[in-house]
Amino acid sequence: MLLETPTPPKADAPPAVPPYKGQDVRAFYKTGARRVTGEQSTKRMAWVVQVTAVRDHQDKAAFAELFAYFAPRVKSFLMKSGASPDMAEECTQEVMATLWNKAKMFDPTKASVSTWIFTIARNRKIDILRKQRRPEPEDLPWGPEAEPDQSEAIVLQQETEKLGQALAALPSEQRKLIERAYYGELSHSEIAAETGLPLGTIKSRIRLALDRLRHAMK
Amino acid sequence: MGYAAGTLPEAFNLVVATHISMCDSCRAALSAYDAVGGEVMLDAEPIAMAEDALAATMALIANAPSVDAMPKPPLRNGIFPAPLHDYVDGDLVSVKWRRVGGGVSQMILQTSNDASVRLLRIPAGTAVPDHGHGGMELTLVLQGAFVDETDRFGTGDVEVANEDMNHTPVAEAGMDCICLAATDAPLRFTGILPRFAQRFVGI
Repeated sequence: MLLETPTPPKADAPPAVPPYKGQDVRAFYKTGARRVTGEQSTKRMAWVVQVTAVRDHQDKAAFAELFAYFAPRVKSFLMKSGASPDMAEECTQEVMATLWNKAKMFDPTKASVSTWIFTIARNRKIDILRKQRRPEPEDLPWGPEAEPDQSEAIVLQQETEKLGQALAALPSEQRKLIERAYYGELSHSEIAAETGLPLGTIKSRIRLALDRLRHAMK
Repeated sequence: MGYAAGTLPEAFNLVVATHISMCDSCRAALSAYDAVGGEVMLDAEPIAMAEDALAATMALIANAPSVDAMPKPPLRNGIFPAPLHDYVDGDLVSVKWRRVGGGVSQMILQTSNDASVRLLRIPAGTAVPDHGHGGMELTLVLQGAFVDETDRFGTGDVEVANEDMNHTPVAEAGMDCICLAATDAPLRFTGILPRFAQRFVGI
C-alpha cells in the first residue's frame, strides 16, 4: 500500500484484488478453520461468498441473491425509521448499489454482511431523512486486508449470529426498546447503553484485531 | 449506541466520531453496536421491492462513479482527527478563536440546530467559569488536560456531564487545554459577569 504517512509503508501489496480463496462455501470448512455448524452460520458465510463474488467478478447472480434477501429488509427498516414507501424504495436501491460499488471495502473479519449493509443503510437514512451531515471516525491507516484470515472471518460471522439469537431471545419489552432505538424513536437520553446483549465478545475480538494490526504497522 | 443508531444530533456525532478516531476500545464498541443494528435490520419483516427494482439498481450501478478502494490517508498535519479537521477546515492553527472571558476562547462549529459544538481553549491553570447545564454535555480533550471535581481528563478522554452537574473544570498547568465540547442546551454561566457576556457571545 502506498500511503503518505510519516510511518514507513507496510510491505507493498498492489491495489489489485488477489484471488479470494474459495468461491465455494464448503471451501471455508476445508481450510482447517473451526467447524461451522448450523444452517444460520452457513447462510452468513454464503453472504460473504456472494459479496466476494461481486467484488472480484462483478457477479450479477450473486448480487441478485443478496438483493433478493436484503433489499426487502432494508426497505422495511427504512420504513420503520419513518421513510415513506416511495422514499424507502428509492433509498434501498441506492443502498444496494452502494453495496456493489463498495464491495472492495467489505472486511469479513470486522463485520457480518448484515452489519455492513446496516451501516450503509443507516448513513443513507441520516442523509435523506434527517438531512444531516454525519461525521465519521477517521479511516484506519490500513485498508481491508487483501487476504482476510478465513478463520477470523468465520468466527466473526458466528459471533454475529449469536448476537442475533440473543436479540431474539430477549424479553419482548427489552427487544422492542432496542428496536426503537435503532429506528430512531428514542432521544439520546432515553437510550441506555445497557442492552442485555452479549456485546463483550465482539468488542474484544475487534479490539484485539485492531491492536494486532497497529502493532504490525509499527 | 446513539451514534450507531444515527439518532444523536450532529454536534454530538462530531465529538463521538472524533473520540473514536483516538480510541480503539470505542471503535470496537461501535462495531458491536453496528452489529446490533444489523441484526435489528434482519428482523424487520421483509417488504417487497418494486418489480423492476433490481434492474433499476443495476442502472444506478452503471451510472455511478467508481469508488477508490484504498482509504485516503488521514489528514493529520496536527492534532485534529479527520472528522474534526473537516469541520474546522484545517487544524489547530486554522482555528478562529474568539475570547469569551476569563482567558477562555472558543470557536463555534457549524452543525444542525438541535445541539451545538465548539472548540474551547483554556489556558493552563485557568478554571472554566462555573456553569450549569440545561441538558447533556460531552467534552473531549484534544490537547493538555483538565481536572474536574471528580476526575482528571487527559488527551482523548471524554467527560459526560448531565443536567445535574454544576462543574468548574480547571486546565492543568503546562499547556493550554484544547477541548471539543458539545451540548444540547445553552450553557448557563452562574457568575454575574459571565452571564452578561453570554448574551453577546451566544454561549
